[in-house]
Amino acid sequence: MEASAQRHPAASERTRSEHRLAWLLCAPAVIAMLAVTAYPIGYAIVLSLQRIDLRFPDQSGFVGLDNYGAVLSSDLWWTDIFNTVFVMVTSVAIELVLGMAIALVMHRAIFGRGVVRTAVLIPYGIITVVAAFAWQFAFAPETGFVNHLPLIAEDMDWFGGRFSSFAVIIMAEVWKTTPFMALLLLAGLVTIDSQLYEAAKVDGASAWQRFTRITLPLMKPAILVALLFRTLDAFRVFDTIFIMTRGAQDTESVSILGFNQLISRLNLGLGSAVSVLIFLCVLAIAFLYVKGLGTRVEEGRPGS
Amino acid sequence: MRRGGREYALWSIAILAVLVVALIPVIWLISLSLKPTDAVADGRFLPSDISFDNYKSLFEGGIDNSPFIKPLINSILIALSTTVIAITFASFAAYAIARLEFPGKRLILAGALAIAMFPPISTVGPLFDMWRAIGLYDTYPGLIIPYLTFSLPLAIYVLVAFFREIPWELEQAAQVDGATPFQAFSKVIVPLAAPGMFTAAILVFIFAWNDFLFAISLTSSDASRTVPAALAFFTGESSFTQPTGSIAAAAVVVTVPIIVFVLFFQRRIVSGLTAGAVKG
Repeated sequence: MEASAQRHPAASERTRSEHRLAWLLCAPAVIAMLAVTAYPIGYAIVLSLQRIDLRFPDQSGFVGLDNYGAVLSSDLWWTDIFNTVFVMVTSVAIELVLGMAIALVMHRAIFGRGVVRTAVLIPYGIITVVAAFAWQFAFAPETGFVNHLPLIAEDMDWFGGRFSSFAVIIMAEVWKTTPFMALLLLAGLVTIDSQLYEAAKVDGASAWQRFTRITLPLMKPAILVALLFRTLDAFRVFDTIFIMTRGAQDTESVSILGFNQLISRLNLGLGSAVSVLIFLCVLAIAFLYVKGLGTRVEEGRPGS
Repeated sequence: MRRGGREYALWSIAILAVLVVALIPVIWLISLSLKPTDAVADGRFLPSDISFDNYKSLFEGGIDNSPFIKPLINSILIALSTTVIAITFASFAAYAIARLEFPGKRLILAGALAIAMFPPISTVGPLFDMWRAIGLYDTYPGLIIPYLTFSLPLAIYVLVAFFREIPWELEQAAQVDGATPFQAFSKVIVPLAAPGMFTAAILVFIFAWNDFLFAISLTSSDASRTVPAALAFFTGESSFTQPTGSIAAAAVVVTVPIIVFVLFFQRRIVSGLTAGAVKG
């Protein structure tokens, strides 16, 4: 049928009308996606080259790269980059290990798989802000139960120090997003032929050898896809930090810095420079992963 | 046999651990919300006395004075509108991608993937400025539009994965019987595609329901503020006390129905979240 479609003029008219139909069907989604990404990022670049402070509207004007200079030479930006990368790397690393463990439990368990799947979907269904409040209340010295647990000092002020705050923030992030990691890894796990394990068993490979020599290499694409989406998601960390500390004790992330400049201080010029720099960081992270993945990323899927 | 017993015990511990860790924050919030005001700071994991005062205070004063009713309505309407529009747009696009051959198909898929990685904070400033200029600031469409943008990639990928599994011969059969391509789509394919669309709808709804960044950046009042944003602005009896009990009660109200829903449709959600992930 395809071959005759090329030769027959009526059929090629049909091909053209099929293209038109396809574009027509895709148009609403494409427009909706571009309207809030391509245009605003272009507009953000324009804003970032100007002095625009909505509290002092008469001082507006073109300032070139001054806003970028101001951001990149400020200690706050570099502190926030450190915080963001620290939370991102730590939480994604923990999620990968835990997610793999949970995926293995779901895959290999002789019973109770349904229970585990049910359990991991609970964090997925909870609003991030709500989860952040739950953990904040749990660790707060006034209301929490955590300080009454054994081995924990009763007067431990979790949100009084930088790295104890990070510990709670990372815990909340890990709790909320490990299910997603586990489900993606499980999807990769089920594609591995179980005969490989049987053969390795016969050859005398230990469970650990089977995991490192069979599971990990075969799951590399699934692991990289899961890591890519979780890393980019973790780089945008905002909700949990906003609720728990609002950036106090030097725990601010770059997204919170952008929000503070744009929405709290109404400094659109400086805030847009921060936005564009965050965009460039995300591009750089995505580029590194895509290089690692090769072309496989297009076969992957967007996260949530 | 002894080895089997030990294995059974190990699996039981692993499964129990996952279950307990997943449930702790939920039980903790329910417990906090039921504690009477003077017991909120008792540090007990479970309440010794139960009171429903926190829930009553949420709904006191009706729609005009309650800090919670209007945001709850906003959240539901905004998330539902986003879901309906996103699924409509995404179904059209996914149908074309799964079914038709056309130039630009790979570009659309790659573009959708790029948008899934896009940092929302980078659009907050421009949207804030644009929405104020054209009157969308602090309105429903002002939130629905960005939610649409950021949920479409997810919806398109899930739907393409589902649509590729549909027996399309049925569509051809309908066309042979004289149906137009549109009729073949709406009368034959849509009913077959409904389960996939429902899965995508759940994921989009949860995405919109969960958002916080746009909700606090693009709203300024109860006219369109959603629950996550409203929670951050909850105030206590005095400005010095955090209204722990009310926040916990509100959190329970927006969490429990979603969890029940998620658990009820868990198979669909798992298949949606992992759609396409194994095709590498």
